[in-house]
Amino acid sequence: MQRILNLACGSFYALGAYTGVSAVTWALGHGLPAPLFLLVLVASGLALAVIGPPVERLLRAVYDRDESFQLLLTFALVLMFEDVMRFVWGTAPVQLGNAYLVYGRLAVAGSTVPVYNLVVIAAGGLVALGMGGLLTHTRFGRIVRATAENREMSAALGVDLRRVYARVFTLGVALGTVGGALVIPATAAVNEMAIDVVVEAFAVVVIGGLGSMRGAFVGSLIVGVLKAGAIATWPEVEMLAIYVVVIGVLVLRPAGLFAGAAP
Amino acid sequence: MIRRGLALAAAALLALAPLLAPPYQVTLLLPAFAYGIALLGLNLLFGTAGLLSFGHALFVALGAYTAAGLTTRYGVLSFEAIVAAAAGLAAVVAVPVGLLCVRYVKIYFGMLTLAFGMLFYSFLYKFYALTGGDEGLRVLRPLLLGRPFAELDKVGFLTGPFYYYALALLALATLAMRRIVRSPFGLSLRAIRENADKAAFVGVSVRRYRFYAFVIAAVFGAVGGTLLAVPTGLADPLLAYWTHSGNLVFMLLLGGFEHFLGPLVGALAFIFLQDLVMSLTAYWRFVFGALLAIVVVFFPRGLLGLVAPERPA
Repeated sequence: MQRILNLACGSFYALGAYTGVSAVTWALGHGLPAPLFLLVLVASGLALAVIGPPVERLLRAVYDRDESFQLLLTFALVLMFEDVMRFVWGTAPVQLGNAYLVYGRLAVAGSTVPVYNLVVIAAGGLVALGMGGLLTHTRFGRIVRATAENREMSAALGVDLRRVYARVFTLGVALGTVGGALVIPATAAVNEMAIDVVVEAFAVVVIGGLGSMRGAFVGSLIVGVLKAGAIATWPEVEMLAIYVVVIGVLVLRPAGLFAGAAP
Repeated sequence: MIRRGLALAAAALLALAPLLAPPYQVTLLLPAFAYGIALLGLNLLFGTAGLLSFGHALFVALGAYTAAGLTTRYGVLSFEAIVAAAAGLAAVVAVPVGLLCVRYVKIYFGMLTLAFGMLFYSFLYKFYALTGGDEGLRVLRPLLLGRPFAELDKVGFLTGPFYYYALALLALATLAMRRIVRSPFGLSLRAIRENADKAAFVGVSVRRYRFYAFVIAAVFGAVGGTLLAVPTGLADPLLAYWTHSGNLVFMLLLGGFEHFLGPLVGALAFIFLQDLVMSLTAYWRFVFGALLAIVVVFFPRGLLGLVAPERPA
């Protein structure tokens, strides 16, 4: 939306994951009933969004410059956040005990699925719907879309660009941190998380199309299915397949599969 | 004139370094030379042609793996043959990749090069039988001009014959790049950077020239990669990872992409700063991230931009 390719989005995701572990461990230690840990995860993710405005303030310094410099500044953030996490949580993987199976398992079509996975899937759908609603049905959403379309024009019409950018960026940070917090019961938080996630996010965004919400959603489904499919059939090509698709999309439809279909 | 004198003095100092500096500092110069060559190529794309590649590490890794593959798998130890093979291989790979990438500019060019870099990384990482997977491939000590220097130990070899070999290669690469940048071709690239439409209008074949620049950059990247792999004795997939490409761009920006010698200054400054900061704190990434942020926001012209503000022709 902001026409900024943020390499640091993976760092927000990792930060959300680490904080999620700490928050839940702390809350459980203080006698929180186990099934409520999901709420703690979401809350810790949302709370982390406070880092959004200061980071956005830093990026503002290069809004008017070449995109290459924006890319580099976010790369600088990646390096810094990586060491912040190393400093706070150490280099060993951090894991959340057995919260994963608190909600039990469910037998679906012959295989057992942890209920938590279904919760995450539902949460993903909810967020997608919520974002869609926000962008299409609210005043804020209209302003954001107008600004993305033509920033000079919307500024001329009285939109406070700084506030819009700060809010959009913070919203993006919040989605990243909550997303990171939500995966943590199923996996461990590791130092390399940030830089690994960002290339997947990059693949998703490219496939779906920059600046398209629907594209991002479909893109993530494509990447997820592709990954799972490749792991099941020919594990060597797992990542390879993703990048082949990314390159294919960039070459054939550089604006992404959903160019023009943006809400 | 002063500029040339300074450059010659710096070259003379580097030539005397093994006699003056302790061996450790001299071994630090080797990766700086290697990165210097790779960055000369990167800067032909960014500084001269205005295209920022976020996948230049692909070619550095290609050079390193060429050295590893030839020495361990095929018993080819002649370093001249290795450099030639790496350059040739890089050109072969850069033709299809470049043809696709130069159709785009700006952020799309960056993303496409990043995707190709990661494609190569996942190939190196996953095809264990061919590439050694995450363990990488060993690089054996090469023959320099046909001589094995068997009487020298590792440090003696690296700070002696190999040092001068690398320095000579760097000097050759620098002179070659100077010819390229100052040729009509280099001038056309600068015209394309400033205004591609205008350049096309006066008869410059924009896409073809960008493509040539891409292939030349790839060759320089791979030659740098071969030099990089010998001191460490290992080619590993992280050489192709996107953060490595990011570091390359970081070095270039640190040195100053608007200056011809910016890549060399950037490589030297980066390597020695990294060594210094790493010896002081385990959290050197944080310091470097902060440094990069400061450079990007306040000193986008890099170190040379501080000393020589105007843009030389």
